[in-house]
Amino acid sequence: MLADKDRIFTNLYGFHDWRLAGARARGAWDNTKAILDKGPDAIVEEMKKSGLRGRGGAGFPTGLKWSFMPKQVGDRPHYLVVNADESEPGTCKDRDIMRHDPHLLVEGCLVAGFAMRAHAAYIYVRGEFYNEAVHLKEAIAEAYAAGLLGENACGSGWKFDVYVHRGAGAYICGEETALLESLEGKKGMPRLKPPFPAGAGLYGCPSTVNNVESIAVAPTILRRGAAWFAGIGRPNNTGTKLFCISGHVNTPCNVEEEMGIPLKELVEKHAGGVRGGWDNLLAVIPGGASVPLLPKSICDTVLMDFDSLKDQQSGLGTAAVIVMDKSTDVIKAIARLSYFYKHESCGQCTPCREGTGWMWRVMERMVLGNARLEEIDALYDVTKQVEGHTICALGDAAAWPIQGLIRHFRPEMERRIRARTEKLAAE
Amino acid sequence: MAMITADPQDVPKVDSFSFTPEYMAKVNEVIANYPPGRQASAVIGVLDLAQRQQGWLPRAAMDEVARILQMAPIRVYEIATFYTMFHLKPKGRYLLQVCTTTPCWLRGSEAVMKACQEAADGTTFSVQEVECLGACVNAPVVQINDDFYEDLDAASTRRVLDAFRRGETPKPGPQVDRQTSAPEGGPTTLKGE
Repeated sequence: MLADKDRIFTNLYGFHDWRLAGARARGAWDNTKAILDKGPDAIVEEMKKSGLRGRGGAGFPTGLKWSFMPKQVGDRPHYLVVNADESEPGTCKDRDIMRHDPHLLVEGCLVAGFAMRAHAAYIYVRGEFYNEAVHLKEAIAEAYAAGLLGENACGSGWKFDVYVHRGAGAYICGEETALLESLEGKKGMPRLKPPFPAGAGLYGCPSTVNNVESIAVAPTILRRGAAWFAGIGRPNNTGTKLFCISGHVNTPCNVEEEMGIPLKELVEKHAGGVRGGWDNLLAVIPGGASVPLLPKSICDTVLMDFDSLKDQQSGLGTAAVIVMDKSTDVIKAIARLSYFYKHESCGQCTPCREGTGWMWRVMERMVLGNARLEEIDALYDVTKQVEGHTICALGDAAAWPIQGLIRHFRPEMERRIRARTEKLAAE
Repeated sequence: MAMITADPQDVPKVDSFSFTPEYMAKVNEVIANYPPGRQASAVIGVLDLAQRQQGWLPRAAMDEVARILQMAPIRVYEIATFYTMFHLKPKGRYLLQVCTTTPCWLRGSEAVMKACQEAADGTTFSVQEVECLGACVNAPVVQINDDFYEDLDAASTRRVLDAFRRGETPKPGPQVDRQTSAPEGGPTTLKGE
C-alpha cells in the first residue's frame, strides 16, 4: 500500500483547511518561484521523466503533450485549459480536488501554464459543481491577494491569470475540442482534428487541455522530483492515482493509491470489500462507464493501470471502479449506460446520433429477452459500425460497454431470450 | 440528444426582461473573464444569471442576453436548448435533480426517485431525472438547487424533503455518518496528522 508520505492529495476528504493557510501548511505554494526559475523547457523535461500519463481517461503522456506547444510565442497568445467537466459515470475525483485542495490545482495552473508559455488558464468546471466552483474561485482570489498569481506571479516576473468558467450540463464538453467550443460560447460539438489544440485551440490560439488531476499533481512532482514519482507504480504506468470505488462495495470511497495496485486489494483494503464477500462479485467496470466491464475471473488478478487493463481489452480510463455483485441485472446496468450515451450524444455525427439511440432501444429489449438470438450479433455489428466512425470518442464510449457485455455475458443474454421465447410458447 | 424547443407554448408570457443592478454587476464580472471581443464566451454564465434572477429562462431573457453580448439571438437559443441546466419552463422552488445513472442505480436510486416523485407538486418541488452528477462514491445522489444530498435512501430522502417543506435547509452532503468521500467508518489512509 502507498505510504501517506507519498500521497499528493493529503486533504482528499476535507478534514483540514482547504484555504491558502491550510494548503501552505501541507506544502503547496512552497517556493514555487524556484520551480519557475528552472525555465519552461526544464519543467517539460522533468514532467516527461516522471512518466505522468494524463488522468482524464486517455492516458496520453502529460509532458509530451505540453511539449507540443510552440516554443516561441507568436502574435497569438497561448492558453492552458483545465478540464474540470467531470461527468464520466463513476468518476468523482476532480470534485474532491476542487473542494478540498483547490490550491494544488491553482498552483498547478501556474506551473503548467508557465511551462507552455501561457499567461492565462481557464478552468472549465461542470455546471452542477456550483459549490466546488465557489471554493476554486475563492482559492484563486486568495492566490491573487498573496501575489501568487497576477502581474508578477510568485515573484517570477511572469504574468499569470486563472479564470473559472462554469458549464451548464453536457457530458460532451468533457471532450477537449467540444470543451473549447463551449468555452467560446458555442454548443459543445467536437471539432475535427487536425488542427490539434496545440496549433489552433481556444480562440484559434495554441492551447493545451489537461485534466484537473494531471495539473494538480504537477507541482508536487516538480518539487519532489521526477524520480520520486517514477519510482511509484510500474514502468510506463507510474505514480499515484485517485481511485473512485462505487457500486456494490461495503464502503464506497475515493482513495489515492499506487498505480498498478491489484483491483482486489484496492476494493478490499479501502472499500470494505464486495457486498457479501469477494465470491459474490459478478463484474467490475474498472475505469468509468466508457470502458468494457470485466467478469470476476479477470478481476481476481488484474492490476489497476493503463497497460494491464488494456491487455484485458478494457481500460483504466478515469480509474472509476464500478462494482456489481451477483444480485445485479448486468444487462440492465449496461442498458442504463446506453441510455446515458444516447442522452449525451451531441448529434453531430450520424453514426453516434442514430447509433446510440438504436443501441439503447435494442439493449432495452435485451433486458427483457425480447429479441432473437441472432440480434446479439447484429447489435455487436452495429457497435462496430459506430466505433471509430465519429469525430470524437463518444461513439466509441457508447460501443465499448455493449461489446464488453457481449464478450463476457453472452450466455446470460441468450438465456434471457430463450426463457422468454419458451414462456411465450407455453402460453 | 435532448430535444428541447426554445419557444415552449405552455409557459407564462414574459414580454420583457432586464437584469437588476445587482445581477448586472455580476454579468459584467463574468464578461470581464474573457479577452476583449470574446464576450460570447460569457453566454453560459450570463444565461445562468438570467435564470437565477427569473427562476427560469423565458425567451425574453435570451433576447436580452443576446443584446448584451452582441450575439445573434439564434446563437443564444442554441445554447439555451443544448445545455441541460437551462430551464425553459417555470419550475418549483426546489428542483430535485435525481441521478439514475448506473452507479446511483446500483445503490438504489429507484427508491429515491420514487420518494422525490411523490413529493413533486410543481410549486414547492419539481423533479427531474438527470445523468451522472459526479458524486458516485456517495450514491445515490440528488441535487437540490445548488447542493448535493448524498448517500440517500427512500427514508432519508423523505426526511430531507420534509425539512425543506418546513422552510429549513437540511445539511447537504452525505446523509449517513461519513466524511465526504471517505469510507463510512473512517478513512483507511491519511489517518495521521
